[in-house]
Amino acid sequence: MTLRLESTNASDIASAISAERHRKGATATGMVMTLVIVADEEYQADATQAAASSAGDHPCRILTVIPRPGRGEPQLDAGISVGDSEGPGELVRLRLRNSLAEHPASVVLPLLLSDTPVVAWWPAGHPADLATDPIGRLASRRIVDTTSTDAFVSALIERKAHLATGDTDLSWTRLTPWRAALAATLDQPYEPITEAVVYSEAIPAAPLMRTWLEWRLGVPVTYLDSEGPAINQIILRTTGGAITITRPTGHMATVERNGIAVKELFLPRRSVKDLISEELSRLDPDDTYEETMSRLDITRLEPDNDGAADQDDTAGEQTENTTEGP
Amino acid sequence: MPSTYTPGHNPLRSSADKRLPRIAGPCSVVIFGVTGDLSKRKLMPAIYDLANRGLLPPSFALVGFARRDWEDQDFAKEVHDAVREHARTKFDEDVWAQLSKGIRFVAGEFTDDAAFAKLASTLHELDEQRGTGGNHAFYLSIPPRFFSVVTEQLKRSGLSHSVEGAWRRVVVEKPFGHDLESARELNEILGQVFPSGSIFRIDHYLGKETVQNLLALRFSNTMFEPLWNCNYVDHVQITMAEDIGIGSRAGYYDGIGAARDVIQNHLLQLMALTAMDEPTSFDARSVRLEKEKVLAAVELPADLDAHTARGQYLPGWQGGIPVKGFLQEDNIPADSITETYAAIKLEVANRRWAGVPFYLRTGKRLARRVSEIAVVFKRAPHLPFQATDTQELTSNALVIRVQPDEGVTIKFGSKVPGTQMEVRDVTMDFAYGDSFTENSPEAYERLILDVLLGEAPLFPRHEEVEMSWEILDPILDHWASRGQPPGYDSGGWGPIQADDMLARDGRSWRRP
Repeated sequence: MTLRLESTNASDIASAISAERHRKGATATGMVMTLVIVADEEYQADATQAAASSAGDHPCRILTVIPRPGRGEPQLDAGISVGDSEGPGELVRLRLRNSLAEHPASVVLPLLLSDTPVVAWWPAGHPADLATDPIGRLASRRIVDTTSTDAFVSALIERKAHLATGDTDLSWTRLTPWRAALAATLDQPYEPITEAVVYSEAIPAAPLMRTWLEWRLGVPVTYLDSEGPAINQIILRTTGGAITITRPTGHMATVERNGIAVKELFLPRRSVKDLISEELSRLDPDDTYEETMSRLDITRLEPDNDGAADQDDTAGEQTENTTEGP
Repeated sequence: MPSTYTPGHNPLRSSADKRLPRIAGPCSVVIFGVTGDLSKRKLMPAIYDLANRGLLPPSFALVGFARRDWEDQDFAKEVHDAVREHARTKFDEDVWAQLSKGIRFVAGEFTDDAAFAKLASTLHELDEQRGTGGNHAFYLSIPPRFFSVVTEQLKRSGLSHSVEGAWRRVVVEKPFGHDLESARELNEILGQVFPSGSIFRIDHYLGKETVQNLLALRFSNTMFEPLWNCNYVDHVQITMAEDIGIGSRAGYYDGIGAARDVIQNHLLQLMALTAMDEPTSFDARSVRLEKEKVLAAVELPADLDAHTARGQYLPGWQGGIPVKGFLQEDNIPADSITETYAAIKLEVANRRWAGVPFYLRTGKRLARRVSEIAVVFKRAPHLPFQATDTQELTSNALVIRVQPDEGVTIKFGSKVPGTQMEVRDVTMDFAYGDSFTENSPEAYERLILDVLLGEAPLFPRHEEVEMSWEILDPILDHWASRGQPPGYDSGGWGPIQADDMLARDGRSWRRP
């Protein structure tokens, strides 16, 4: 059940949350963080839903800030739900109307849980400089999603220009299963790696993967355009052949070493809920992401080939072998 | 070239990169006694859960060995059913399809040389076809009396021997013997075939998150450790209560009893972790060293009659259900002297703990299933209130709840609102599951993964096992000379003798 307060203020909202919690008989809260979501009306519902269901893993106070700029008197409307069907945590939707839309911190600051981390998340569209943004400044971890932007190349350039410790990007989070799978293949003996190829749709994760591989492996990495979905193949070429991971449908992947010993691997594309859960599981700065971003070459954010037409070269054959292989 | 393979170094892994999970390398797990209850309820589901969480290598294989006339697919169906029923994570057809490709079954008796030859060739095949890389863990989910024949067979068929760059490990479950002598024998049997670093003794209790959190609580905070000594602690109570009876385990339980089943391993390990000094680091060796120091310092009370208690549950009611007494259970002789409840008092003879008793208790058919460590503090030396004001105030306590509802509770006094001065006990709760993003994995998941990764901090070594038996043996001998244990009501908190035992020291058991 959602409790609605209209033309209210932060203090009344705080009292209402507290009263609601007592009414439910939950005296100890155990909440470990406040998650502030900043989103327009269009995106807030999905994002809040994803955050609320990931709160099943870890109750937090979710403050969804919905700016509603316009002319007229400033007004704050709130919808509060505590530990119900939407999730076990506390969930407050804050509609900042008219000129109040420009002063979100004045509403959010009094509603932060005391002495616990604050995480800010912009599910779609975000300020250029997160760390100095009024909401971003309150947070120790600032999550954006460059995949959700129309022009991801400029989004990545902007992210790199303003990168601060604590910034993170769901495009990077999406890479974790891929990175884990690649790392696992190198736990076994392999011949010296000479180069690598990333096949992917045009998504921000692809140049991030390229940069990470170049940094870690110290070899040139080519990024070639493909039909996807997302990253669909990565090849590590060695002096004796290749280690190939192919994920044709965005679910199961096959691992191939020197054209033999095909293995299958569960490599699913994950929901936003899972991505947010991963983000919230560690609140310390992600040094690997920061280093990857600082190494990101902004002149090489797009595929090395121009357009999907050139895709089927040697690696295309690899894909075929994999699907028909033993 | 930086991308060249060097064992132990992976350019794509880095300690700073905390997102990447620890994934076991290529390997197989061979389960002996695969038709057993533990295997169905815990092991096979845990392996599936690991696979589902992406923590098993793509080349993983699972081999069952048992005296059944099964083909690979019959065993796969068995695993499938067990996973469907008991796995913690959601069932995914694709994960299952992938896992089931590595499932094999070898039929045979433990004495059958041909069966072990078949096992050897099966593992060899897996190395070739699945790429398990010669790494194999043998899980002995079988009664200890078969350890000798199985390890002998493994040795004879060359399975215990690992080649360069690969490993062979053996996993055994508690009980690790039934007294000091048998524990030593058991260790010798395993030690003849496997080097001590390759023997993993699973005590699933030690895989629980809370047990590891106990170390985090003690050694990563400043506010507890200064109080963690005989200046402030009055006594410590470590409890593991079960609401169930012995069920169908009569064959195992009769002659073993509560003390051997639980105190020797779980409770003494919990006590060691509670009482030990700070290890120099959290590697297996340092933690073990500190635990061993505590176990070596444990002293038994001189009068064992006054400071230990035992009992057998009587027919009665537990949680609203009529239940049998222990002596009425199937296959338990009417004159069994096996105890189903055991409580003992121990002291730790060192500067930190001098004069602080540790009360350990465990029992079956008690009021509810609960495990906890309660550190009970001394009363304030002076209370500047009238005696009537603090009548309701008892001792402060810090309680580490191991199960269910893992977490920490702190109990202290607080003023009751109003014009009168009245101080009463209140509790402050931290529930582990509420605060963290990952669901606690099942203990078996953690432990199996640790075996496959070769990480040993959570596994007791034979030295600890033997020291625990040295502590317990005199008590067991004493009880054996005292005939049948007294009865206690099912669904309660144990025999009256246990209450008397604490009353003699001017204390009482906490109701957990």
